[in-house]
Amino acid sequence: MQIYLPIAEVSVNAFLLLGLGGLVGVLSGMFGVGGGFLMTPLLFFIGIPPAVAVATEANQIVASSFSGVLAHLRRKTVDLRMGTVLLIGGLCGAALGVVLFNYLKSMGQVDLLVKLCYVVFLGVVGGMMFFESLRAIRNTRRGAPSKRKKHGWVHGLPFKMRFRTSGLYISVIPPLLVGVSVGILAAIMGVGGGFIMVPAMIYLLGMPTKVVVGTSLFQIIFVTAFTTMLHATTNYTVDIALAVLLLVGGVIGAQFGTMIGTKMKAEQLRILLAMMVLVVCGKLALDLLLQPSELYSLGAAGGH
Amino acid sequence: MLWRLAALLILAAAPLRAEEVVLGLSSDKVAITATFEGSDILIFGAVKREAPIPETGLDVVISVSGPSLPVQVRRKDRQFGIWVNTDMVDLDAAPSFYAVATTGPLGKVLSNTEDLRHRVSIPRAIRSVGAASMAPNVDVENFTDALIRIKREQNAYQMREGAVVLDEQTLFRTAISLPANLTEGAYQTRIFLTREGRVVSQYQTVIDVRKVGLERWLFTMSREQPMLYGLMSLAIAIAAGWGASAAFQVMRRG
Repeated sequence: MQIYLPIAEVSVNAFLLLGLGGLVGVLSGMFGVGGGFLMTPLLFFIGIPPAVAVATEANQIVASSFSGVLAHLRRKTVDLRMGTVLLIGGLCGAALGVVLFNYLKSMGQVDLLVKLCYVVFLGVVGGMMFFESLRAIRNTRRGAPSKRKKHGWVHGLPFKMRFRTSGLYISVIPPLLVGVSVGILAAIMGVGGGFIMVPAMIYLLGMPTKVVVGTSLFQIIFVTAFTTMLHATTNYTVDIALAVLLLVGGVIGAQFGTMIGTKMKAEQLRILLAMMVLVVCGKLALDLLLQPSELYSLGAAGGH
Repeated sequence: MLWRLAALLILAAAPLRAEEVVLGLSSDKVAITATFEGSDILIFGAVKREAPIPETGLDVVISVSGPSLPVQVRRKDRQFGIWVNTDMVDLDAAPSFYAVATTGPLGKVLSNTEDLRHRVSIPRAIRSVGAASMAPNVDVENFTDALIRIKREQNAYQMREGAVVLDEQTLFRTAISLPANLTEGAYQTRIFLTREGRVVSQYQTVIDVRKVGLERWLFTMSREQPMLYGLMSLAIAIAAGWGASAAFQVMRRG
């Protein structure tokens, strides 16, 4: 069934969009990522103009994250306090990131720099996570209880706060810093930052994997809601018809994703996320290394 | 007295139209609804003449052009071993849709000078004035070619030589298929009658392409009340998220 999208001004297959939304929703519920990194290229591929794809998908992520968070709330795997601290850091970071992005753009070659950083960053994070989870899985097979470092320099910092759901009593400085840096990265790279946030929470803050997913989704809701409003009021690029088609699949997918996620072991969840990050990294690297079949691309004038 | 003389002079100076187009369209309005899947428009007409048919053969060229918008074309290039966008050119106006239908090969039915004057062929219909000034040392020609190539693949630019049927040098008809991915606006439709490559008569009309109903309402709202539109999008997102969650809970209990 073809549907004409009023803002994107293209005609698309409704069932294809429902399916896409569902697929990304499952990932969202399982791993606590928004899924924008996957959805954006897919929407480009079906011919949605880039500006509309980016804006509309932010709206869809609000829906699937909200659906996921409610599922996680019932299982009490959302650390609202930690989420709020990360969010405050994230919003500051995003504001800084925009300034930094404009500065880099004025120096030229920002495109190259961002893409290279992105690939290297994803490769390192994905690789580290992959080997760590592999080791954890082997250890549990051998019967040795997996141990994670409980104390480090992080625990010597002031302004301690109790995060009950995560079982942590740490200074607010590390979560704030994590929030700020993910916010900066998200603003520069134009992604929600879920799959940078998730590993950071697991490895830098030492939060339990189960809690991480729900908490990540919690703060994604606010970031993407803000993005949606920004795009709707400045660029007029949110396509509500497209969003509805995507989010119907997305909210259902998120519920299934959460169900799958809670049934899995933490190490298994981590290794799958690591593999996904590596696949995305590989895809981006290939895009950069292989000669594209069409060297030219069209965009609306005035965009970037 | 003087203006009457001037008017008379102008009338006398106007070329005597030996042949004229009488045009019909299967529809002069295209309504884009939510389930719009493209539309075929039949363009037909007759040649009205007061003198006998001249010896030389008559040809018909029909062009339909969507609203023009500025377009940015970017090119990837290899730098330090990786492919990134390097050069870009802003073309200040390119039609969102463009179709040309003729009775024969365009080169034969329309001379180069006439093409230049009326901007009929696809490359001529795309203006790139001012593009060069923005990017001084860039080969604008290649960018324009790329635009045409990409648009042709999307079926947004169509060159259909021989698609116009002409009977007895008098009746002509052709069908232009508008794709589903249509931008709204006024679609300029031009009909040229040519003999030996020269335009002997031309006629212009407009096909009006409009979003209607829900499409119209949403589009207008997104432009005129962006804040409300944004909030509405968010409300839908939250409601859907909550709805799915509640439904699953009921299902698990039941």
